[in-house]
Amino acid sequence: MSQALLTVIGEDRPGIVAAVTQALFTADCSIGDASMMRLGGYFTIMQVIDYSRDLGSVEMALDPAIKRLNLRVHLDPISSVAVAADLPNTRVTVYGADHPGIVAGVTGALAAIGFNVIDLESESSGSAERPLYVMVIQGYAPDGIESVRKAVLPLREKEGVEVGVHPIEAAVF
Amino acid sequence: MAVLSILTYPDARLQRKAEAVQVFDDELQKFIGDLTETMYAGPGGVGIAAPQVDRHQRIVIVDVRPKLGEDCHGLMVLINPELMAWEGMAVGREGCMSVPDFTGNVIRAERIQVQAQDVLGRERSYECEGFEARAVQHEMDHLDGFLFLDRLVSRKTDLFRRKNYQKSQ
Repeated sequence: MSQALLTVIGEDRPGIVAAVTQALFTADCSIGDASMMRLGGYFTIMQVIDYSRDLGSVEMALDPAIKRLNLRVHLDPISSVAVAADLPNTRVTVYGADHPGIVAGVTGALAAIGFNVIDLESESSGSAERPLYVMVIQGYAPDGIESVRKAVLPLREKEGVEVGVHPIEAAVF
Repeated sequence: MAVLSILTYPDARLQRKAEAVQVFDDELQKFIGDLTETMYAGPGGVGIAAPQVDRHQRIVIVDVRPKLGEDCHGLMVLINPELMAWEGMAVGREGCMSVPDFTGNVIRAERIQVQAQDVLGRERSYECEGFEARAVQHEMDHLDGFLFLDRLVSRKTDLFRRKNYQKSQ
């Protein structure tokens, strides 16, 4: 089995996930980690696939769906690096009036303390006159949650946004 | 006392609805002892439900002292437990001895009131909050054949998203 990272982008409409995954199934691929979501008016898929034949046959299997749904597809072979073991221990939530520089400011402060972003989701919403930006970051803070608070809470004033820092504790029951 | 073996997903027995305990005898006491030992031996060690060891009776044990120290009820043996009241909601990441190697975000009530019988059949009532309340709710779900997998929420719902709310008719 070899692995590839498959990226799919297309104008959002019903049936994209079904068409792509059906094509992969017929090409003997299996799907690993995946993120599939609408961003703006586009539907996006990024997923790790295991394929048994060659990448050309995967592309061929996808071709009818690409043409029918007007998708853009990209396949990157990847070496099977071990799955990173660090689990998220901190969630940072940010929201406020949208303006350039929020993400750069927050993630810059996080990078400076060695925080590893594992998952970042954000959304521009609100009305055109009063745009609102909402972002949720989950990641691993090597020096613990207090270091994150110290790093990002000053951005409340500097960027004029609300910032929350919360522990993520997976409780096993 | 003995450590019992734990059923793991996708074992269909985890989805069975458990039956009320009717008889409070020595055998029940011995089983509660074994179940408690099994709980402490587990990776989390803070909660267990009888269906997890293939005994389909409404028995839950919770002891969150390993996590919270003495700031909790300590060992709670909840037989035929009923949720009498709840308030608040919180998202928390949960794992389960019966679902190895997977954790997910689940919404639970923040504060609960539970009525149950103890090992001798006496009525007891507990008010729990936070982590302890979450543990009780997680274990009580096993009695109805639910795993936390049945209650997973999308990461996106961690945040309040008003624009997705339906307008009331």
